[in-house]
Amino acid sequence: MTNHDHLDLRELHDPDIPLPIELQGNLASTNLSRIYNWSRAKATWPLLFGLACCAIEMIATAASRYDISRFGMEVMRASPRQADLLIVSGTVTKKMVVPIVRIFNQMPEPKYVLAMGACASGGGPFKEGYNVVSGIDQYIPVDVYVPGCPPTPQALMHGFIALHKKMEGQRIHNRNSVPWYSKGPSDEIPLPILGPDIVDPRQAAILRQQAESAVLLAEATGD
Amino acid sequence: MVENVLVQDPIQEALAGLARFGGAVQADDRQNYEGIVVDRAALPDVALVLRDELGYDYLSSVTGVDYLGFGDYFEVVYHAYRTSGGKGLTLKTRTPRDVATVPSVVSVWPGADFQEREAYDLMGIHFTGHPNLKRILMWEGFEGHPLRKDWQEAYFESEHKPFESRWPGGNVRRSEEYNPFGKNVKYPAGFTMDKVRDISEVDHYEGLNLGVQIEGSGIRTDKLVVNLGPHHPSTHGVFRMVCTLNGETVETLEPVMGYLHRNHEKIGERNTWIMNMPYTDRLDYISSMSNNHGYALAVENLMLKNQVKGYNQPTERTEVIRVLMVELTRYVNHLWSIGFLLNDLGAFFTPALYAIFERELILDFFEATAGSRMMCNYMRFGGVFKDIPERMMAHAVLENDMIRDVDTMEFLHNLIFERLPNFTDEFDRLLTKNEIVFNRTRGVGILTAEQAIAVSAAGPVLRASGVPYDVRKADPYSIYPDLEFDIPIGTYGDVYDRYLVRLEEMRQSVRILQQIYPRLKETAGQSILGIDAYSPRIPNGGESYGRVENPKGELGYYVVGVPGKEFDQNPWRYHIRAPSFINLTALEQMCVGHKVADLVVILGSIDIVLGETDR
Repeated sequence: MTNHDHLDLRELHDPDIPLPIELQGNLASTNLSRIYNWSRAKATWPLLFGLACCAIEMIATAASRYDISRFGMEVMRASPRQADLLIVSGTVTKKMVVPIVRIFNQMPEPKYVLAMGACASGGGPFKEGYNVVSGIDQYIPVDVYVPGCPPTPQALMHGFIALHKKMEGQRIHNRNSVPWYSKGPSDEIPLPILGPDIVDPRQAAILRQQAESAVLLAEATGD
Repeated sequence: MVENVLVQDPIQEALAGLARFGGAVQADDRQNYEGIVVDRAALPDVALVLRDELGYDYLSSVTGVDYLGFGDYFEVVYHAYRTSGGKGLTLKTRTPRDVATVPSVVSVWPGADFQEREAYDLMGIHFTGHPNLKRILMWEGFEGHPLRKDWQEAYFESEHKPFESRWPGGNVRRSEEYNPFGKNVKYPAGFTMDKVRDISEVDHYEGLNLGVQIEGSGIRTDKLVVNLGPHHPSTHGVFRMVCTLNGETVETLEPVMGYLHRNHEKIGERNTWIMNMPYTDRLDYISSMSNNHGYALAVENLMLKNQVKGYNQPTERTEVIRVLMVELTRYVNHLWSIGFLLNDLGAFFTPALYAIFERELILDFFEATAGSRMMCNYMRFGGVFKDIPERMMAHAVLENDMIRDVDTMEFLHNLIFERLPNFTDEFDRLLTKNEIVFNRTRGVGILTAEQAIAVSAAGPVLRASGVPYDVRKADPYSIYPDLEFDIPIGTYGDVYDRYLVRLEEMRQSVRILQQIYPRLKETAGQSILGIDAYSPRIPNGGESYGRVENPKGELGYYVVGVPGKEFDQNPWRYHIRAPSFINLTALEQMCVGHKVADLVVILGSIDIVLGETDR
């Protein structure tokens, strides 16, 4: 029988290991991945970082009515060095994407990114702006996208639940599943350059190739 | 308040007062335009006479308009007002497009500082004599001046929406994917990455004399440069301050903005008139309803000038609902602002939690009426989107853990007559006499009345300095003349006064709401639409400046219809006078000499929101 006064251990128990029915919920026999992921998901620390309108709804989610601490996430850290989760809450401009990539690089692994709202997911209503990046996933990897303009607190919490599920599905022994369980540190993402417009250094080879072919084409057509 | 005795037409009066300039000053005689056109060489002298002799001491807005194809010149438009109240004067000057130079008026109206920099950044107009003319929203090194009519975005398809790729196909072309310096490369042959230079950060540190030993202090020490932001929890968004410290004392401070520059104005010129309404929500995203109101007023004014067929003035019901929404918004904004000011003072989140809870009640009403908690997109030209519903769901106040289906008018009655007044008193009781609040804010960030007027500060910042200037009284709009309310003012112009002014404004908002409630009952059933049928081709040529007293200060919209056309879909120029942006002009003089810990408090007391600052 499950004793509801105590912590129910069924979420921690590995279902592949048989356990007598009377002990279920009171005893957990589990593996390292499961207990590790369970702890991580129950105490995800987001970065205290707001960009635009969505940040207001993020604060409302953290406040008393919606109460983010039910997810163990109320410990918002102001320093990226202490944060597990980057909530990109708002429009990402070309000017701002440089600090965001830097913040992402400063976060210790394992780290997750949640794109909150239409702008962070794909540019949103400002997607055609000359200073707007069409989604933060052009620069850093995103784990969960939450639609809305801005998403309601309920939608954001749904995004948190989706993120927790993703965390719980990752395995320490499968080093291919996530970059940070392989040997050595992961590569940093190169900072975009604010030249005459934004330039992504990762595209350097393509840029060079295209610049050359444009010249060849101009010579061929006598332009 | 000085009684406004000048009842004559401001343009005739200005022309008479400026007669000594002869042909350099003329009335603007284009159809549906108003104000005076000044020869650019005479501009600083004219500005000085206007300020010192005619009393136009308050410069509301400075912006540029590109009349490409309609005379091929830039026009710089100034909106000047008297702090004693009354109608304003629109002042214009022209410059050829190829060598665009206009003398700066910063020496006359220091409030022009950031606005001239913005016009330089986005339009490429050089203001000669400006003390610090460099880009403000885009980064240094960016190619082009985006608001010029011949500057086209990377995705450019056509001058106005809907774009062919989007409708009916739905293939959106995003700016980032069409970045000319990305995969659609425009570099010459032999290009390598090290030819791309990033000079965007250089100018922030110029002239700071880094590494120079501070003399006379007795210890060997350097000045310290501290970057606050753009990622900092107390900058209220992605705002950045580059400051130099001597010990803990702030010596210089430079605000750096543009991290949330979302190209509102360029997008607004591509949009049809009505399509801009939801974009205005995202300016000051805490008070979307009053942003809507300002834009509606500007366009309604233009429709009146053009005598648009089918347009009727807003009905009484419309005005009552608008004021209801706007005053609720003001209450919400001040709740938020005070809550987060206390956050900046170190009372981490407890006062803000109280404030946010009351805010949720009002958001429930907004959600029931407009369909959205924050981005209400509620007002229309001549009307509002929808009447308030008969019943609504009250989510925030649960009874037995149940969401309640309540009568909206009862909900409002409870809110306006009990809940909000009681909460204001409670907030007052908890905070006003708190010793820590008092000691941390009294005497900090002082702005005198003269300084506040000079830098065009607006809203609670201006009033806390003792200037009783409120657009609702000084240049009334909507039904505000019928309503009784006071304008609270401060004495010392410090952070504490700004806090007190906001608190008192919350009380005055409730007072207005209590007068609105019976009128809401009286007008039930009246039409809420001022226009016969929806038409996107609303106003045509001419200019209009609509301004409202937003919770953060005077919000102005300067809109220009396409010149020389009977009808056109989109505005030729759409400019926003953002109070958060212009209030920041005063930041440096408020902060210098204070300790670094007071920086965030002073910034918090200005109450900026970055959506509006950077637009």
